[in-house]
Amino acid sequence: MADKIYSTKLQDTLERNIWALILMVAFVLSIGGIVEIVPLFYLKNTFEHTKHPEIVWDRKDGQTLADWQPGDGIRPYTALELAGRDVYVREGCYLCHSQMVRPFRDEKERYGHYSLASESMYDHPFQWGSKRTGPDLARLGGKYSDIWHVKHLIAPRSVVPESVMPNYPWLAENPVDSDTIADHMRGMQALGVPYTEADIAAAAESVTGKTEMDAMVAYLQVLGTMAKLDYGVTYRE
Amino acid sequence: METTEKYHFEVVRWFSVAAVIYLVVGTLVGVYVASELAWPFLNFDIPYLTFGRLRPLHTNAVIFAFGGCVLMATAYYVVQRTCAVKLWSNGLAWFTFWGWNLIIVGAVITLPLGLTQGKEYAELEWPIDIAIALVWVAYTVNFVMTIANRKSSHIYVANWFFLGMMIMITYLHVVNSLAIPVGMFKSYSIFSGVQDAMIQWWWGHNAVGFYLTAGFLGIMYYFVPKQANRPIFSYRLSVIHFWALMFGYVWLGAHHLQYTALPDWTGSLGAAVSLAMIIPSWGGAVNGMMTLSGAWDKLRTDYVLRFLIASLAFYAMSTFEGPVMSIKTVNALSHYTDWTIGHVHSGALGWVGMVAAGALYHLFTRLWKTEMYSPKLVNTHFWLATIGTVIYIVAMWISGIMQGLMWRDYDEFGTLTYTFAESVAAMHPYYAMRAVGGFLYMLGGVVMLYNVVMTIRQASTNPSASAEPARA
Repeated sequence: MADKIYSTKLQDTLERNIWALILMVAFVLSIGGIVEIVPLFYLKNTFEHTKHPEIVWDRKDGQTLADWQPGDGIRPYTALELAGRDVYVREGCYLCHSQMVRPFRDEKERYGHYSLASESMYDHPFQWGSKRTGPDLARLGGKYSDIWHVKHLIAPRSVVPESVMPNYPWLAENPVDSDTIADHMRGMQALGVPYTEADIAAAAESVTGKTEMDAMVAYLQVLGTMAKLDYGVTYRE
Repeated sequence: METTEKYHFEVVRWFSVAAVIYLVVGTLVGVYVASELAWPFLNFDIPYLTFGRLRPLHTNAVIFAFGGCVLMATAYYVVQRTCAVKLWSNGLAWFTFWGWNLIIVGAVITLPLGLTQGKEYAELEWPIDIAIALVWVAYTVNFVMTIANRKSSHIYVANWFFLGMMIMITYLHVVNSLAIPVGMFKSYSIFSGVQDAMIQWWWGHNAVGFYLTAGFLGIMYYFVPKQANRPIFSYRLSVIHFWALMFGYVWLGAHHLQYTALPDWTGSLGAAVSLAMIIPSWGGAVNGMMTLSGAWDKLRTDYVLRFLIASLAFYAMSTFEGPVMSIKTVNALSHYTDWTIGHVHSGALGWVGMVAAGALYHLFTRLWKTEMYSPKLVNTHFWLATIGTVIYIVAMWISGIMQGLMWRDYDEFGTLTYTFAESVAAMHPYYAMRAVGGFLYMLGGVVMLYNVVMTIRQASTNPSASAEPARA
């Protein structure tokens, strides 16, 4: 009875031998991931800046992050913006706000130019989000004043009555931690974000005396403004 | 008790009770965050209570605390019963119990503090991630070695599914959590942007596909035939179900990123395989349900079986809905909306929660060698869970489709009809309705916890009255 084969020989062997079953399962499980993920690391057309290098900031020797002007191209976040991004991640903003505009007419009118892969290439981790309980933020920068953002973060319903966002009054009280920001930038640098030694050396001083609110507003105001995108250009097929 | 038993069941008992407690805790946090979206004053301006920090606590509590304890309880139970040997290492099993619970305590402390890696369902920071990897590997090794020691010739189908889940979750957790620490509780993902997105959703969808589907299908393949006291409908179908699931599920993550900056080929590939997955998924659901063929009358009297069969109905429904939502034109509407949340919960509440409840009730009667304290309360739990789930998913269908339609609506002058804020205001009644559905589901969990506590008390205070009834 136990020797009877109920299916194929291969299946029967696997059912009798745990090590063979493990190897087979481990192999089958790895195919999909390898096919979908590995090419993203070497296919050049994954990023738009291989064909359109102008969307990335061409930093000259000796230039600091402060020399960058809006529209000059995609660059690493300044120390203050990175501190703001850390707050954004800490508060779980990505759970209600996406940062990924899709190429649809309504999204273009509501938010702006569709998002490019190159625009988040320095984002460790990515913050594209999966849900819009609140609106998309990928092109938020420059749409509202700093004052509006401060009011909105402290009490969202004071400026948008329909909002269901929590109040974040503590952001205005908490100072940015100037002790850790250089370490954070060094971590990013190790992952390939092109910070210079000068950027990191100047980091602590540039956030001293700033609040988390200042950092958050700086981050929100730069979102989507780094590259100047041209509606006449097809960045993605 | 331990020394006289044929199997190492004490650790299974502890995992089973922990699972019921986490069911209540996890759904309680869920009801709270759902209420915050309907009534935002509930955030109380307290950082630790805000939606953004508690929502990861909810997902971690239900997936890893509740789901994890169910998976460990059932895998340890099933592998011993089907292999007719004791666990390879009882000590290692206890290590997984205390390790896993310590990880859960770590999550309860760190997530409200805002310590997070910022990737959905993988929020826990790097020291906890390392602990998860250790415990998970210990769990896998113990399971595999128990099978290696088995007395039966063939490895039973439920164990294939458990094994597939263990291997895949090891892959996923290790790769997706790769990060560079920049502080004791702060790290950055080593991947960025588009690659990070693809890896995250490879993890995200397979946490659903393996942790919450393959693992719980292992539960289905053991507990449905056991509770129905009939053999599984078709062995051949289980073989096809298994290999198709192992091969196919892995590809689906890309459908979460359609129309984003992910290259089009990846998203389309994900969608194509998603559509094909209807076939093995329905094959599995049919295999479970048809096991009852010729004995449908049992559903009238056996409330535990009701849980198991209803869960398969929800499984069939959400594995149909999922592929539909991955079709590009549907996804263009459904993505970013509450429809996704509804879909997840028809799977999580309807499938995972119900099949787990059925398996746990079965376990309590076997492990404590008694009947449930109140079969009537099992039925009460069943109806609270079913009605709660239906209210929840209907609310999210309406709100999700409404959001999608409002965002893309144009008026006669060719301008957008609604502001975003108007769509938020329109969601209020459905958010309230969802909170009610979730509350009912949680209430079902409370009823279960009460019933379980009373059952255990009854079994321990009056062991003579709880002699095991004759069972096959």
